[in-house]
Formats: sequence, structure tokens, C-alpha cells
Amino acid sequence: MNSKEMTRPRRKQPPRVGDHPAFRRSLLAVVILITLLMVVAPLLVIGVQAFSLGIGYFGETIANSDTRHAILLTALTALIAVPINTVFGIAAAWAITKFDFPGRRFLLVVIEIPFSISPIVAGVSYLFVYGLQGLFGDMLQSADVKILFALPGIVLASLFVTAPFVARELIPLMQAQGRDLEEAATSLGASGWRTFFSVTLPNIKWAMLYGIVLCNARVMGEFGAVSVVSGNIRGQTNTLPLHIELLYHDYNTVGAFAAASILALLAVVTLIAKVALERRGAGRRPTLAAPAPQTEI
Amino acid sequence: MARRVLPGLPLSLGITLVYVCLIVALPLGALVFKAASLGPEAYWEIVSSDRALASYRVTVLCAFAATVFNLVFGFALAWVLVRYRFPGRRLIDALVDLPFALPTAVAGIALTTLFAQNGWFGAALAGVGIKVAYTPLGIIVAMAFTSLPFIVRTVQPVLEELDPALEEAAQSLGGSDGSIFVRVILPLLAPAILAGVSLSFARSLGEFGAIIFIAGNQPFETEITALLTFIRLEEYDYQAAAAIASVLLITAFVMLAVTNLLQARALRYTVKA
Amino acid sequence: MKISLHNVVKTFDTFRAVHGISLEVESGELVALLGPSGSGKTTILRMVAGLEFADGGNIYFGAEDATDIAVRDRGVGFVFQHYALFPHMTIGENIAFGMKVSKVKREKSAIATRVTELLRLVQLDGLQDRFPAQISGGQRQRVALARALAVDPKVLLLDEPFGALDANVRRDLRRWLRQIHDELGITTLFVTHDQEEALDLADRVVILDKGRIVQNGTPEDVCRNPANAFVMNFLGDANRLPATIQAGTAHVEGVPFQAPDMVDGKGELFFRPTDIDWREQGEGIPATILRVIDRPDNRRVLARTDGGHAVEFDAPPEFSHGIGAAGHLAIQRARVFAAP
Repeated sequence: MNSKEMTRPRRKQPPRVGDHPAFRRSLLAVVILITLLMVVAPLLVIGVQAFSLGIGYFGETIANSDTRHAILLTALTALIAVPINTVFGIAAAWAITKFDFPGRRFLLVVIEIPFSISPIVAGVSYLFVYGLQGLFGDMLQSADVKILFALPGIVLASLFVTAPFVARELIPLMQAQGRDLEEAATSLGASGWRTFFSVTLPNIKWAMLYGIVLCNARVMGEFGAVSVVSGNIRGQTNTLPLHIELLYHDYNTVGAFAAASILALLAVVTLIAKVALERRGAGRRPTLAAPAPQTEI
Repeated sequence: MARRVLPGLPLSLGITLVYVCLIVALPLGALVFKAASLGPEAYWEIVSSDRALASYRVTVLCAFAATVFNLVFGFALAWVLVRYRFPGRRLIDALVDLPFALPTAVAGIALTTLFAQNGWFGAALAGVGIKVAYTPLGIIVAMAFTSLPFIVRTVQPVLEELDPALEEAAQSLGGSDGSIFVRVILPLLAPAILAGVSLSFARSLGEFGAIIFIAGNQPFETEITALLTFIRLEEYDYQAAAAIASVLLITAFVMLAVTNLLQARALRYTVKA
Repeated sequence: MKISLHNVVKTFDTFRAVHGISLEVESGELVALLGPSGSGKTTILRMVAGLEFADGGNIYFGAEDATDIAVRDRGVGFVFQHYALFPHMTIGENIAFGMKVSKVKREKSAIATRVTELLRLVQLDGLQDRFPAQISGGQRQRVALARALAVDPKVLLLDEPFGALDANVRRDLRRWLRQIHDELGITTLFVTHDQEEALDLADRVVILDKGRIVQNGTPEDVCRNPANAFVMNFLGDANRLPATIQAGTAHVEGVPFQAPDMVDGKGELFFRPTDIDWREQGEGIPATILRVIDRPDNRRVLARTDGGHAVEFDAPPEFSHGIGAAGHLAIQRARVFAAP
């Protein structure tokens, strides 16, 4: 092997489709530019607006009792709704992936339905169950139980819009993992709970956390469904997103952005958590809608 | 039916069914019941009123435009993320999900501020005579933002898994970049693109929070169907709200069915003989 | 079309996959690149195809330097290991693909005629409207070949063409590929890790180890005159006994073997299980039988020499000695190589 031949400059790899340098550079430039304008700019404008009257004003806005109440209500809603949804997600995934029963596929479709439905439709629907004109309206009124325009209504609406989040992370994963491990554990005499906690859970914990993170972000940020069922009572049933709308329509733009910056921060934290969990293998699965192509053809 | 080896079917299936019934089926059933109680004539009158029809037109046309934009841009984004290596790739990959993570109300006021007459983009666009905020363009911007991740996230994994040998085979048979893209890559991505398009369109049809800030909400001009539903509620016209909401609900179910049909068609080549 | 490789080098990151290979494939020849995984054989094939670019050296097609020509302009037919059939196209569309995308425009009817012709050649008449998922592995393999042949390639390159098939399908397809090659006379280079396949099919076998050619010759050459211990081992079962070489003779457990032109020192004696006679008395390496394994056409005997080394040999079905029997191994044919 002589060195003269080694130094001859050559393309390292034959070009694949779309690897032409000019094409590649222009496509990259366009995509990055649009991403900056479309995704980064909104994030920036929130920060800029929130602090446009100085950090002192920002602090005051956040410390305002209505804003504080909205933050607490939002956190409380998430604290109730997310665990309930997690239990549901685990139960649904366990039932669907560990057993064969008629209607499994149908159940899968039903669980995903809230994703395709407008949050407004969700909110309106709850009105017709628990509202005065609703199915249980009279009954609830005579028993003096308040569901709508109160915390239970907000939680219920949040549960609806986020119902699929944990289940859809767990089902494909548990489907792929099969039943062998659990069957081995039970055949060795482990109880059902024991099997779940020491065999199943360790294998699905990251996917579960992934679903929880996304579910939490949606619960804390839900606007449409909650705005129908909450009644927007300032200082009482106003969640943080609703409070933002209120401030915005009061022409308190800086206040609205200050409150919004909290939710924007939550979004950024969610994205970071999401990336961290994806590094541990969560979230990277063929979606139900887009099956992986067959490689062995 | 095979003998069940694992425990927990009654408990897990029980929780699942109770939850699905209480949280999903009961309210949707109540909505359908309420809308149905109107009777066909009254129902038809509400859902075919001029204002409702105008809202469908605005919603569908804007959702269509936003989906077309996302189809092109989302595909390009997925392509760039999978096929090219460049500094900042991981950051952009993470940022793609921002529209899902950012609450819609927050997105709504941010986009409105950007595109308002005196906003960063609004001022620049006003210079060339384009008005975005408080026009249908604003609705399109809000819809495109909130549904951006769908097409990227459905196409990306399939593009990643595409067997490189297929492309190599097409090259060895003399295919140009263009013909390989059109005849091999695009058809293999078609089911994923279809799924993304349908999710993106459905989300745009139902979006509320991000749009109401930027749309201007003028009846017949920039009033989307979801908002009309909300307005009827605020007017305590519950029957009209139920009827219009049921239109949105039916549209969502039709979309689901059509998508599943098209998916099955697009994937029929994988069916074994 | 003759293919020549001059001093071709390929490195992946820090791993040198191919070390300065030079090789000629004559026009119309059928040549096998044979080696274990990691020997660089597939990399060489992909460089000939233009699916990888060489880091150094040159590849000629006839007199033309093809080293940097892109795969689409190289005029090669490539059959991929897992066939890489387009799953969304029917068999007919798969075969027609190359003609449809070609710069040379063809009439629709001309393409259809050619597809029918090729389907007949690969004996798949009538299957053209099936999708790849709907036919068997052996059929897919033949479709892949027809698709590669459709563009009238100058050379045909096959990557482990039978690797994914059942043993009996494999044998049939092998003979059939040879027949097609003889009919068309196209220069063909294929990669395999299966020595039986290479010997059965090829005019010439190029044996590779760790990115280098260790032997290049006809099947007879490589079988009868293996260049070194690696070739000897790779081509089939071989026994190995340590030897001491002195003045052109190798001494193994007291028995001398000719080792002309070998340097004095440590060596190794290699011989095939079929090249041994068992003798109760007389000359040979003393050994004891440990086990006898019955096979349809003979008996495989596992023995241990008195020096403590395991030896396997084949005996006729009538062989009647049992476990513990002592005797001598008379080695009919053996080769001596220097110890590694």
C-alpha cells in the first residue's frame, strides 16, 4: 500500500437520495429558519413580554393572590388527575396486552378517542352529564353536590382529555415485551401483585414516567375543556391557563405573559424530561397509527 | 380460548371498562342524547344556520391550509432530522414537541403578540401589506403551530427504519434521486404521512385555545366552529351548543374511520397471500 | 466485462476492513468471494458495485476506471442479501423498475414483454401481480435476480445470495443459478461464507481472511493445495497435530512426514478425517478409540493419540472396533504448515 494512493481525496460515502450538497444546504437553511420563526420566536416573546416591565413587576404579578390561587388550583388538579390516569393506563395496558378477550381492538380504539375530539366537545359533553340541564343535574342539585364550576368538574374534564396518555405509552411496549416474563414469575409461585411490581414495573417504568410527564403537561395546560366546565370564577375555579386569558382580556398583557411564563417554563422542563426519558428508551416506539415497515422482505 | 395463566384480568379489565364508560362514553353519550332530543328539524335548522355554515367553512379551510403547510414543512423537518447530521440537530428534535408541551392559551397569546400590528412579525408583514392577526391567516398560523409535531413524529420513525438496501437497490437499477424519492421512498412513507395528516387535520378542526386569541372571532369571517359552540353556551342556548358540538364529534369519528380505511388500503401489500 | 481491482483499501472509522486487495475477474467468469464474517468480502463486493467508495486503489471495468463512478451509472446488477424487493410493488413492477427509471426510454409494451421474458427465465410465470410478502423466500430470491438482470448489467454481483434460505431450496437454486450464468455468460461475482456453496458454484474461489486474500484459485486448487492452515480449516473438517520439523521432515508422535522446503522448528500437521486408515497393528500414530458416531454414509470415529491429542476420522460402515480399542492411525494425505 503506498501512501500516495492513500492521500488521494475521495468522497467517504456514496451519496444517498437528497445528499446533493446544494440541496442539502438549502433544505437545512429553510427548515432551521422556519423552526426558529415558528417555535423559538413564540417562546422568546413570552420571556420578553413577561419581563418587559422589569423583574419587580413580574414578581408582583406572580405574587398576586388570584395568580397564586390559579397556580395552586392547577397543581392540585394535576395532583389528582395524573395519578388516576396512571392507574387507568396501567390497568388498561395490563388487560389489553396480557390477555386475549373479544373486543380488545375495539377497546384500543376507544381509549384513543379523546385525542381526536375537540376539547370544547369534551367540556360541553360534561355539561350534559353533571350540569343543571344534564342527565344527573336534578339529582346532584337535590343532593347539593357541586361538580361543575368546581374542582371535580375541572378534574373530570382533565381526565377526559388526557385519558390516553399513559396507556398509549405502555400498550405498545408491553405488547412487544410479551407475556413470558410474567408467566415465568407466576409459574414460580409469585402472586399477581408481586409479579407486577418485581417483573413488569421495572421494565415499563421509563415509559410510564414518559406518559406521566406528557399527561401532566396537558393537564396543567388544558384550556378548552376546562374553560367550559370551570365557570371561570376569579380566585375560585380559575386554573392558570384560564387566568392567563382573564388577564389578557383585562388588557394586563404583561401580567398575562408573566403567568404564561410559568407554564412556558413547565413546557421547557417537560421537553427536557422527555429527551432524558427518550435516552432511556422511552417513547421510541412505532406509533399505533404508523406501523413499522417490514424489514425482512 | 386458551387457559389464562396470569392473574388480574377481572381487576384490570374492570378498572379499564369503568373508567372508559364514566370518563369517555358517558359524557359523549350524554351529548349525543341531548343533540338527538332536539328532533331532526330543529337539529337541522341549528346545524345548517348561516352562521354555523360559515364557521364550518372557516374551520375546514383553515385546517386544510394548516395541514398542507405542516405536510410540507413537517415532512422536510422529519427528513432533515433523520437524514442529515448538523450542529443543533438534537435541540431542534426536542423543540419539535414544544407545541404539544406548551399550553394552547400560552401559544395563543404568544402568537397573537408576534403577529399583531406592532409585533415582531406583524410589523414586518404589515410593511408588505399582509395582515395575520384577526384574519383567517391568523387561524391558520395557530392551527399550524399546535399541530406541527404530528407529521414530524409519525414520519420520523418510519423514515429512520426504512431499509437502506431498498434505496441502494433502486440506485443500482439506475434510478435518479427524484425517481427514487417518488417511486420508492414516498410510497413506503405513505401510511405514516396519512396518519400524520389525519391527526394534524383533526387537531386543527378541534383546536380552540390557541385560535381564539389570534382569530378576532368575527361571526361569518373568523369564527371557528369550536368557538361558536362556546358562544352558544355562554348565551345559555344549550340545545344549539349540543347540536354544533355533535357536528364536531361526528366529524371526528368520520375522520377516524376514513383514516383507518385509507391506512388499510395503503398497507394492503403487506398482507400475506 | 472484465473486473480488475488494484490495491483496493477500505477503512471504516478506525477499522480497516480491506487491506490492499488486487483481483481480476475475467469476462464471463463466475467467481466466489469466500470468507468468514468480518473478512471484508461484502465490503469488496459493495465497492465493486459502487455502494461504497474505496479509500485507496482502483477498480476497473474493462479498461475504464470505475473507482469513483456512482452506483447508478456503473451498470451493475446487484442482488442484496435480503433481496431488498420493493414491498409496495408487485413482482412485475419490481422487475420493471430499472427499465422505467432508465434514461433510455422504453415503450410500455416493450417493458411488459421483457418482464414476461424474465419471469419465464426465473421460472415465475404468472406470479407478476403478487406482492413480495405473498411469495416464498426462494421465489423472492429469483425475483431479485430477474430485477437485477432486467437492466442488462455488465456484471452481476450477489451478496450471500442463498444465505436466508432453507438447505434444500439453497441447493436447487445454486445449480439453477449456475445454469442461468452459463446461458447468459455474464461476469458474476458473489459473496458467501459457505464453502460448499462456493465450491459447488464458482469457476474460481477467492478466499479472504481479515481483509486480505489468502488464496485465489479454482475449486480444485484450493481443495487440493490449501495455501495455509486457515484455508485448510475453513474449507472443511481438519485434524491438527503439533509437529517438529527437522531437515525437511516433520515428526509427529514419532512418525515422520515429508515437509520439503520447510524451515526447521515447530510445525503443525493437518489432515482430513477421510484421509485416515485405522490399523490394529503396524505403522502409524498410536491411538485409542473414545467414541463412534453413526452417520448415513459412514461412521465418524473420535480417538485420542497416545500423545493426548483428539483426532476424528471417518471409517466405512463395516468398521467394528468399539470404545477403548487401541490401534494406529495411518495418515494417507497430510499437509504440514509452520506453527502460527
